[in-house]
Order: sequence, then structure tokens, then C-alpha cells
Amino acid sequence: MTPDLIEALGRIVGPKWVRHRRAELTTYTMDGLPTRESYPGVVVMPADAGEVREVVRLLYPLSVPFVARGAGTGLSGGAVADGDAVLIALTRMNRILRVDPARRRAVLQPGVVNARLSEAVAPLGLHYVPDPSSQAACTVGGNVAENAGGPHCLKYGVTTNHVVELEVVLPDASVVRLGSPQGEPWGPDLVGLFVGSEGMFGIATEITVRLEPLPASVRTMLADFHTVRAASEAVSAVIAAGIVPAALEMMDRACVAAVEASIYAAGYPTDAAAVLLVELDGQDDAVEAEAATVVDILRARGARQVRSASSPADRARLWQGRKKAFGAMGRIAPDLAVQDAVVPRSALPDIMDRIAEIRDRHALSISNVFHAGDGNLHPNISFDRRDPAVAARVHEACREIMTACVEAGGSITGEHGVGSDKIGYMSLIFDAETLGAMRAVRRAFDPFESANPGKVVPLHACREWLAAPSAR
Amino acid sequence: MRDTIVTRLRALLGTAGVERDADGLPRATPDSPDALSLVCRLAHEEGWKIRIEGQGTWLPSDAPADLAVSTRALDQVITVSPADLVATVQAGAPLDGLRRRLADEGMWLALDPPGRPDRSLGSIVATATAGPLRHGFGPVRDHLLGCTVATGDGRLVKAGGKVVKNVAGYDLTKLQVGGFGGFGIIAELHLRLRALPRADVTLLARGARDNLTLAARRLIEAKVSPAALELLSPALAAEAEWVLAARFLGTDAAVQGEVGRLGTAGDLVWQPLPAERTAAFWGVVARGSLGGPITLRLGVLGDGVDEAMDLVAHDLDDGLLSAGPGSGMIRWTGEAPIERLRGVRRAAAGREIPMTIERAPWPLRRALGHFGAYREGVGQLVGRLRDSFDPGQCLSVALEGAE
Repeated sequence: MTPDLIEALGRIVGPKWVRHRRAELTTYTMDGLPTRESYPGVVVMPADAGEVREVVRLLYPLSVPFVARGAGTGLSGGAVADGDAVLIALTRMNRILRVDPARRRAVLQPGVVNARLSEAVAPLGLHYVPDPSSQAACTVGGNVAENAGGPHCLKYGVTTNHVVELEVVLPDASVVRLGSPQGEPWGPDLVGLFVGSEGMFGIATEITVRLEPLPASVRTMLADFHTVRAASEAVSAVIAAGIVPAALEMMDRACVAAVEASIYAAGYPTDAAAVLLVELDGQDDAVEAEAATVVDILRARGARQVRSASSPADRARLWQGRKKAFGAMGRIAPDLAVQDAVVPRSALPDIMDRIAEIRDRHALSISNVFHAGDGNLHPNISFDRRDPAVAARVHEACREIMTACVEAGGSITGEHGVGSDKIGYMSLIFDAETLGAMRAVRRAFDPFESANPGKVVPLHACREWLAAPSAR
Repeated sequence: MRDTIVTRLRALLGTAGVERDADGLPRATPDSPDALSLVCRLAHEEGWKIRIEGQGTWLPSDAPADLAVSTRALDQVITVSPADLVATVQAGAPLDGLRRRLADEGMWLALDPPGRPDRSLGSIVATATAGPLRHGFGPVRDHLLGCTVATGDGRLVKAGGKVVKNVAGYDLTKLQVGGFGGFGIIAELHLRLRALPRADVTLLARGARDNLTLAARRLIEAKVSPAALELLSPALAAEAEWVLAARFLGTDAAVQGEVGRLGTAGDLVWQPLPAERTAAFWGVVARGSLGGPITLRLGVLGDGVDEAMDLVAHDLDDGLLSAGPGSGMIRWTGEAPIERLRGVRRAAAGREIPMTIERAPWPLRRALGHFGAYREGVGQLVGRLRDSFDPGQCLSVALEGAE
């Protein structure tokens, strides 16, 4: 980065909010993905939407690419910038601008931490539903970029179902408002298109979200099983009975062992092959009746024991083990590859067998903790990336797991995004026409492809590239 | 030229795949996504304009074009997976046929769009016309996992997937839901299903419109959770007064509990519909939207329903008018001159309310556009998106107004 540019950025945001020395940049070389590391050219931290716009306006005529970043908790290498790019960190833009409890809406800056929003509106009897495991740190702006999910998305939907309006700074520094507070679009559904675009269409500087009333009654149950297959089949049986739990999560033996050996111990039975965490919410009578049905189904499908949280503290403890499972796995090895893939629910039992087979063949340590209700897997591989042989085996195992999930009719990512980690798998599920269409849509927002370049769409696999012999 | 088009289409699709409509316009009826894509590619190469048609029950078949492309032969239910609650269907498949097939296997698609029961799924998705169930089950987009679309120049784009959670790549399905065909012709859909609810109970309260709106707001604040909560004009409900209809779906216990709360949450007198009349009642409401040549929707915040209905009732009429006090969706059907509708759209825009023309004759669609004018900067974006899906501007779809 040239000194001129650094100085110009400093004039916009104040020199204190521009980081360019190598030591200062170290924090920003990675996100939650341990296998992608890169120093950005410079980091700039705007205070508000106006400063974001000025920064983008400065970069546009210079053809300098930029990468927007929230808390850096993403798991696909999406918020990592190369040396020729400016990293725009949005963490200073952390204000909740307005809350309208009667209309159940909140307007936020993108740097607001997910959990802080729910905490702020809890006294009003409301909450923001999408709850990724990183919710204590991740930002809503990052959630919008990735279309983040979370355990409670089974019943209530993912980020895209809860974002109604966006103010966006486009890569040419123009500002557009997409959607409306009521959720009815003015024209095509550009909010739906923008959510999940992984920072490649522009930067959301103001986000309007739906808030939902806190449920009157919540019942959290823990069931444990002799086999992963029996637990998987129980999941399908619950859904087939017409019950949509608020959450339906599974942890395998390796995951339970890691949790129980950590400070997050939740009292999960360590001798079980799998445990299911089932949460029902709604009105008291309905929850009561559904809970009885769920218990019957779980027992009929081979649950050894079904236990119900007896108090809010007990419930919090059961959830703590699940939500902090990734942290607990950190004790096993220096690095953790948190994988993310989806299969149709009916394929869960077979895919779990496949993952176990892949694990054994590559002699790796894999623990599974996942959103079983919607078939969203998280096989987590504990390893040490300093050992190149192990790192190569991890890479190969991830590729095999992705291929197996795609062959089962699934997807390469359910909630973590493609970023740079999954870009090599995109052509497993999308043909050249579709990848070409994605690129064209991106170019409608960003004709010069300067926002988060090099992510999501493998350009060499797009139709226009394949069709041009000179480009090969 | 029409004879040439027929000859060229027959070379692609065979004799059975080409016909002429009542006016002699060539109509292609491809029976596979690949055949659909070939027709679009040919039209693109020749610079022919395409009118998109489904089962012909919602939008009139009157867009000016060199040929019509109908999805009526793309009417197959490809797969239904009860274990995954996912179905793959072709775009021309009628909703009522799919509904019967799903019910046989204990499943259900939570959509109750306006119009005839045999509307094609492609039409429902392309126009994003949700019905009263939007209150409890969300808009049309929430029921679509993915789709295959033929672009205006004949590429087949496969957006999304068949799983309920998926963030691989940009979410191109969102452009197709409510895109009115401006971004391509939908060939195939992957739908999210639900287990067939055990209990299905509808209750009606009758009275003055503003009383019912107020009572509906109180129910929502009291966290009564119906699957549908819809305010219906007397003509639409085939009743003497305005009606607030509450529909509850789910397990027996959940429905019983909700019905009990409904009775105690306000001072309305609720009368349950006999079970055998429930389907017929909602069928009448859906068909009511065909009671005039124009249907439009407004999207408002819940507390703005009354004011927006006043606007419609004053500037148009309150004959066939419905509103979801929870979903904020207002739907009007009737007849009005272009200038009057332009005025309503302008007045609605002044209140930050988007108005979408869901159904109307071509001269009106052409003059006003399904969406009308966009907010600053959005028009250029939409224009570039349309260019990328239909570079030859073959698809005869009026998203924006003529001026």
C-alpha cells in the first residue's frame, strides 16, 4: 500500500483508525479458518456509514480492492484480504440505532454483536432469532454476509428470514436502500439476493431486522443413544410426526468427551454413542403435549434415557456444552477445522458412517456436533497444521467428506459460506452455466469485481471462461 | 413470420410440442427443461419476443410477443421425499394435483395462493403470490429451496439446491421468486414441505372493519399464533359483514390450546367453521381474487393495515379486499383506470408502502409495471441483473412502468 493511500485513508477516519504496520496487521491475517492466512495491505476502521462511503469512494477510481470484515469469526476464510487489498473492519460501527418494539423491528449498524442485540431487546420480551455458535462475538453484518444460521434456525429460519431492509454502499461508492421495514420488496427481492453474498456485492452499513417475541414456554431435553444411526433415525421420526422443534442438535461420542473434559462440562453421558438435544417452544399446553410425544418417539427409537432440563440454569448448562463444543475441542489439538456441509435428513445415518470411515482411513480425530434437524453437519477435525503430512490428510479428508455429502444430494455449506475454503468444491454442485450466472449477478453489483475478490465463484469454472479458448 | 417460427419450433420440439393460440400466435410447449432452454436459445438468436405462460389461470396471455412459451407440458412431479419433506416438481404442475399427491403421503405445502386451485407452481413462485397462510408460514420464498431456470438466451441455471439449509454461492432463487419471469422462465422447483397437520380449525368473527383490525392487533400482541389471520371484505368472504378469519393448524393439543386462547384474548365472538366447510371457505377466498381483471398487493407494517386499507377503499373500492394484520399484506382485486392506479401507487409510495401489480391486462402492466419506479440507484441494478439473465431482451415482461 502506498503511503499516499494510507494518508488519504487517515484523513477520512483519523490516522488512529488506520493500521498498516506488520505487527498491527497480524490480528487480521486469518478468520476462524486455520488454513488460510494472508496479510492485508492496510486495515481501515470507519466510524459510520459516511466514512465507509468515503473510503470506498477513495478506492474506486484507484481500482484498489477491499474486503469488509466484522469480528473475524467466519469459518470459510471469507474475511481475509490479500496484500493488494484494503481490509475495512466494521467493528466500530456497533450501535443499535433504533428499536421499535410494537412493530418488532430493530435497525443496527453492521458491527453490532449478535448476542448483544438479543440482550438489548430481552427486557421488551423480544429476541433476535438467528444464533450462530459464535454469537457472543460475531457481528450481525457478518451474519448478513454469510446468511448465518444457528441451532434455533430449524423452526425460525436463518438470517435471510430475519433481515428486511439494508442500506448498502456499492463498490462504486453509491448508496442504495434495499427492501422495506415491512419485508415487502420494492421490486425484485434484492435483500434476499444480497444476504449471503459474502461481502462481494457491497457493504451493508445499516441493517433492519425482525425481532420475535420470546416464547411463553421452553422445554429442553437430552436423549442419549447407543448408536449414531438410532439417533439420526429418531431425528427424522420427530419431524415426520409434524413437530418442528425450536432446535434439534446432535453430538457424537468424541464431541461429548471433549465437552465433558472441559470447563464447559454439561453432564452429557460420556458412554453414549450420540446425544440429542431437543428444544420445544411455544405455549405451555402445546409444549407439554409435544414434549410427551417427543419422549415417546425418542424412546421408541432406542433412547437409553431422556432427561428434561428442570430449571433455566439446567437448560443453560445443557446448551453451554453444545454452544461451547468448538471451544472444548480446542483442548485436543492446536488447530480445529470446523467443517460444514448439508445432507438430506434421510441421508444422515449413512453419511455419519461414511465420515467415520474417512476418519479411520486418514487416522484423524473427528468429532461431530451438528444441526441434525436440518441435516447440517459439522465434522470437526482436530490437528496440528505445523505438520504438513497431517495437514495434507486433513485437506484430503475434507474433500472426501464434501464429495460424499454432494453425492448424497446435499450441499458443501449450510451456514459457514464458501469464502476461499470451499471455492474448489463449488463445481461439485454447480455447473458452468450456473457459476457463470452467479458471476454475472456479482458484476451487476460490482462490475470491476473489487469487493472481496477471489472468493465464492471459481472464475476458471464459469461458462464464459470455458467458452473462450484463449483464456484457458 | 409466424409460419417460419412454427416450422423452426417444430424442428426443435416435434409436432406435439408446438401449437397456435386462438389468435394464431405460435405456442411452444416444451416438456423438459432442456427443450425449454432450446426454445429460448432459438428465440434469442432470432430476436423473437417471448410471452411466458403457465396454466393460463392467473396473468392474462396478452403480452405482445412473436411466440408464447408455455410450461403446461412441464407438469410432472419428479420426486417426493417424505423422509426429507422435499419435493421436486416441474413449473407447470398444478398446485391442486401436487397437494393431493402430497396428502396421500402425509405431507403438505404451506401455500394458499389467490386464484384457481389448479394454478401452476411456476406462476405462484414467479408472482410471489402468497395467501393468508403467509401469516404463520412466511412468504413464498420461504417454501422454495432451489429452482432451475431457462434464461432469456437459453442457458439453464440451477439455483439453490434440495436441502433445507444451503449457503453455497449467491442465492439466485430469490431473484426468481416474485421476478414475474423477468429473470428467466422457471422450469423446475425444489419445494420445502411440512408434515400434514393433524388438526385444521378455522374460526370466524364478524363485525365492522376497524373493530376487527384492532382486535387482530390485540391477538398478535397476546401471542395467539394462528397459521392464518386474515381480514376479509364481505364480498370476498361471501358474508354480510367484514370477517376476521383465524385458521389454526398443527397437532391437536396445540390447536386446542390456541383456540382456547383466541376465545379469551379479546371480546370478539368467534364461530368455528364446520370442518367440512373449511376447505370450501378458503377456496372461495382464493378464487375471489379473480373477481376482477386487476389484482394488486401492498406490503405494510402491521399497525399500518387500517390506514392502507382506507387508502385503497377510498381511491379504489373495498369490494374484494383482504389484509393480513400480522403479515401486513393487503390484496385488492377490481377494475380501475390506469391513472387512478398510478395515483394509488404514488400515494402508497408517499407512505413508504410498496405496491405490486400481481395481475392485470397488458396495457396496464406496460403502463405501470409490476413494480413501478424503484428507489434511487436500484433501477440501474435491476436493469443490469435483467441484462445478465436476458441479454437479448426476449422476455416480454413489464417490471417497470413505461414512463
